[in-house]
Amino acid sequence: MTVSCLRSKDLLGTEGLSAEEITLILDTAEALRPIGERQIKKVPALRGRMVVNLFFEASTRTRFSFETAEKWLSADGLSFAAKGSSVEKGESLLDTARNLQAMSPDLIVIRHSCPGVPHFLARNLRAGVVNAGDGAHEHPTQALLDALTIRRRFGRLEGLRVTIAGDITHSRVARSNIWLLTRMGASVVACAPPTLLPPRIEEMGVSATTDFDAALEGADVVMMLRMQLERQGASLFPSAREYFKRYGLTAARLALAKPDAVVMHPGPMNRGVEIASDVADSARSLILEQVSNGVAVRMAVLYLLLTGHTWEGETA
Amino acid sequence: MSGLLLVAGGRLVDPAAGRDGAFDLLLRDGVVAEVGSNLAAAGARVLDATGLIVFPGFIDLHAHLREPGREQAETVATGLKAAAAGGFTAVCAMPNTDPVNDNRAISEYLVSKARGAAGPRLYPIGAVTRGQLGQELAEFGEMRIAGAVAVSDDGKWLADGALLRRAFEHARLVGLPVIQHCEDPSLSGGAPMHEGAVSTRLGLPGQPAIAEAAAVARDLLVAEISGGRLHVAHLSTARALELVREARARGLPVTCEVTPHHLTLTDEEIARSSFSTNFKMNPPLREPADCDALAAGLEDGTVDAIATDHAPHHEDEKALDFETAPFGVVGLETAAAVVYDRLVRTGKLSLARFAEVFSAGPARALGLPGGTLAPGSPANLTLFDPERPWRVDASRFESLSRNTPFAGWDLTGAPAATIVEGRVVWKRET
Repeated sequence: MTVSCLRSKDLLGTEGLSAEEITLILDTAEALRPIGERQIKKVPALRGRMVVNLFFEASTRTRFSFETAEKWLSADGLSFAAKGSSVEKGESLLDTARNLQAMSPDLIVIRHSCPGVPHFLARNLRAGVVNAGDGAHEHPTQALLDALTIRRRFGRLEGLRVTIAGDITHSRVARSNIWLLTRMGASVVACAPPTLLPPRIEEMGVSATTDFDAALEGADVVMMLRMQLERQGASLFPSAREYFKRYGLTAARLALAKPDAVVMHPGPMNRGVEIASDVADSARSLILEQVSNGVAVRMAVLYLLLTGHTWEGETA
Repeated sequence: MSGLLLVAGGRLVDPAAGRDGAFDLLLRDGVVAEVGSNLAAAGARVLDATGLIVFPGFIDLHAHLREPGREQAETVATGLKAAAAGGFTAVCAMPNTDPVNDNRAISEYLVSKARGAAGPRLYPIGAVTRGQLGQELAEFGEMRIAGAVAVSDDGKWLADGALLRRAFEHARLVGLPVIQHCEDPSLSGGAPMHEGAVSTRLGLPGQPAIAEAAAVARDLLVAEISGGRLHVAHLSTARALELVREARARGLPVTCEVTPHHLTLTDEEIARSSFSTNFKMNPPLREPADCDALAAGLEDGTVDAIATDHAPHHEDEKALDFETAPFGVVGLETAAAVVYDRLVRTGKLSLARFAEVFSAGPARALGLPGGTLAPGSPANLTLFDPERPWRVDASRFESLSRNTPFAGWDLTGAPAATIVEGRVVWKRET
């Protein structure tokens, strides 16, 4: 069964997406992808549509990726960083949002350090809302770009074994990937040290382990998460050195996975902490491909949410 | 002052007096004068209670009335109006006001404000430590003279064990129980919700259930060596309840309360509502097994009282993201109906225990007047219509705040009238 549009005005997470919606987004991304390979990287698909990028938390990759997607589709993108804005003068989130609403944007892309903020905005605004990361909750476009990357390499998601390793507790990337990949029929192994493995993660439909070697066995995809070194003070792990010994992805460890297994990382990487440089830069690494696919996926999400129908080529 | 009032035609449910049946009550000068069949009294006004259940007046052990300091969220007058509309004839006011009720002057201020409001009785709860700072004991004896019925540092668990021991010892001298909000912050981390499958899914920090149990265990041990009276506020987990049950079996003078929301809601509501802050309270909503354990504890007598933990917050304060928004929900106007509909009508709680946990139980826990309508008792009555269907609509609350987790609930059963010392302080207009 296929669908030709998304059910909601918002993309708040992958948790609520059906397999058909995920496929629609990935197919649309695939169709839009060539725009980035041309000399003139612009189509008029979203001309006159206004997108506000509201980033309350630092971001380079994700914000540039959204901004690029907006430009390539000719939307008017407006970026807003919390620093230097009226938020610092004590304006409440709801007031900030209402003021933006008064300028009639069509879509708001938001990143915030607290889970649920995009949902709060979606409830209170007419504009569509795209979650670009809410705390440790969800980061749906990251999971979609990961899925696109995997699908391009393997031709499918179903039946693959994906190992997600690292700081699962604080990772929105892990959660969004778990929902998406399990929905699409992949089997997911979540691996983390005991201090970074949240309780009852199995209830999200994954198998969980603290043994990295065991987690790697038979993996088609190894998705490494960033060790959040800024959390060092919380005694989540004694040191980066001790972490790397047990949970760092080295070439020797990667040999435990399937021979054609690929390595992914949402960035930014800590080389020598969660991943060895030679692995990150090897032919099996899809890390930079993830970044280019990010623009394609974000174009697809913007396009589908703003037009409500499938991409039929440049005259659409 | 109130002359004669005859409450006639209702079903009296008064377990403390061993009565359940058709009885009339004659109230004279603020006390119950007579209980019997077909009572008549010349010159008495008659309140027709046909079709209603007459209970000994409901007592709420745990409410935040916000005055002084946060009058935009609630005042003594509006809080007591809300209490009356919820069937409560008396309310205990927690001390976390601004300034904190840690002295006789503020306790007296609250009592006099309540007297002016001429509604339910207000019993102040004084702070254990000055400013609720957990350092020096407040003047329990002075506050008691002003009418304080217990001491508590409320939301702040007294972490210093030696200080808690002295608090128990001094409170014993003065004759007051110590109420503890049992949460070990070194385990809970002040997290905004319960730790479990839902917090993992939502990526929110969680408070493990043992943060409550560990605090209860420590407090029981300290209470035991100091001979103090411990009352555990809003107990929310099966494990902590088990500790209270064991302690009572050993004869320790410990009591506890549970809230309607911990009996009827779980952490799943936070996910279902997409992070609605009306499901953020402390202790946080737990899991189905905890709800079941608390209901069983109510029925078997381990739990003494239902308390609302009525915590009004202005809409602006709650219109924030889930981690930043303050803890707390209002409860005075929904407590009795929610518990009646979801526990009594479903057979989880007998009508006799319902009566006890709203009246005799709380009265005993803090040594308050009331709890029975035997002749000679204070004429505090809650009249309840067990058949009335209604929908919770926060916009119609008497409370100044609207932060209820029960908005839109369809309930059967509602308070019909509230009588305090022989005077009708609230009556539903139909």
